[in-house]
Amino acid sequence: MKLSIVDYKSGNISSVINSFKEVAKDKVNIEVTSDIKKIGSSDKVVLPGQGSFKSCIEALNNISGLVDELNEFAINKKKPLLGICVGLQMFADVGYEETETNGLGWISGKVSKIDNQNGKYKLPHIGWNEINIVKDSQIFKNIENNSHMYFVHSYEFIPNDNKVISATTDYSTKVVCSVEKENIFGTQFHPEKSDKAGLKLVNNFINL
Amino acid sequence: MLKNRIIPCLDVKNGRVVKGINFVDLQDAGDPVEQAKIYSDGGADEICFLDITASNENRDTIYEVVKETSKKCFVPLTVGGGVRNVEDINKLLNCGADKVSINTAAVQDANVVVESSKKFGSQCIVVAIDAKKNGDKWDVYTHGGRNNSGLDALEFAKKMEVSGAGELLVTSMDRDGTQIGYDIELMKKISKKVNIPLIASGGVGILDHMVEGIKEGNASAVLAASIFHYGTHSVIEAKEYLNSKGIPVRI
Repeated sequence: MKLSIVDYKSGNISSVINSFKEVAKDKVNIEVTSDIKKIGSSDKVVLPGQGSFKSCIEALNNISGLVDELNEFAINKKKPLLGICVGLQMFADVGYEETETNGLGWISGKVSKIDNQNGKYKLPHIGWNEINIVKDSQIFKNIENNSHMYFVHSYEFIPNDNKVISATTDYSTKVVCSVEKENIFGTQFHPEKSDKAGLKLVNNFINL
Repeated sequence: MLKNRIIPCLDVKNGRVVKGINFVDLQDAGDPVEQAKIYSDGGADEICFLDITASNENRDTIYEVVKETSKKCFVPLTVGGGVRNVEDINKLLNCGADKVSINTAAVQDANVVVESSKKFGSQCIVVAIDAKKNGDKWDVYTHGGRNNSGLDALEFAKKMEVSGAGELLVTSMDRDGTQIGYDIELMKKISKKVNIPLIASGGVGILDHMVEGIKEGNASAVLAASIFHYGTHSVIEAKEYLNSKGIPVRI
């Protein structure tokens, strides 16, 4: 099995790499790459994302052919893909961080700033929060409902169809923190930084 | 519900853990990678390394420490001390730090915060404010507490938020190493002034100080070194105590 972590020069992905390597040991071939051929021939892809929605989309577009290859992988071939944080947010049609920017359009919806209720809630939403699992998802196998995961974000994904939501978390509102649409998975939290529960999720994705 | 965080801090010098009393008189106390792993296994919500003498000395050792730690600890790792510019931040992040805390460089040039938060995202930019009370205000100090910048800590905190900091790590220099409790007035005033999370630091001696930092100081997270480092309390004991006082924590 070959799993590629997409390295598109946007933010810090060392922790993602470390967590997948820790879980995979020698069983899985983990490739960290922006090479579209390698990505195309993978069995699974992880799409991390840090920084702003706009900067991540721009960074994806800066690598010639990458967005087409990801579309081919996730939409046409329907192979498993996991988006983390802004990696998940980019599934949306559009994001409003910095300026209006088109997303990948894989899961219909928008990404907008979390309502902080006039300063009542601090932003970014940083720290450990419980997830409410609302859909039986393979990536939550052996992960208890209300497990803690590590979050750090100021924007949230609001999908048009609630059926794609697999978990939410309570902050100023019910924030969507995990989505699943067929072969496409995404977490707003960082499984790579979420201790044992997070590593279980990484393991579940590897074992899909 | 979002939980309040407990962050053990390891002061590192030349690749070894030390803990200063008022930033001087350092005592050697172990290997940072090992210590960090003990903390993360013990329920620490994050780990913080402060490379305390880094402004003046060769600091390449910290990169190795960060690299090794990030392979073993799967909770967020913040690294600070002697971070001068965007390139230093980039290097630490590439070694596996999740956040970088900036102190002197942010005081000297707020553009470091502006640029780095644009480049890497606010989520990984922590501005560390070392504050000392002078009269009825707090001044911001730099260079590990050696120089008074003359800047007002509250104004500076606001400026850092606007510049793109994702969190503020506020240390009371009057309290650091004293174990008599956080400077609650300072924490309260800064957390009221800004809308980003505040990490309170400097002065924890007993677990009630943490309760005060969160309940009265409105800190999102509490950072402590000595209380954990010399085995007075474990992280889980601290969490259970906070929980018993009605503070939401991850257990």
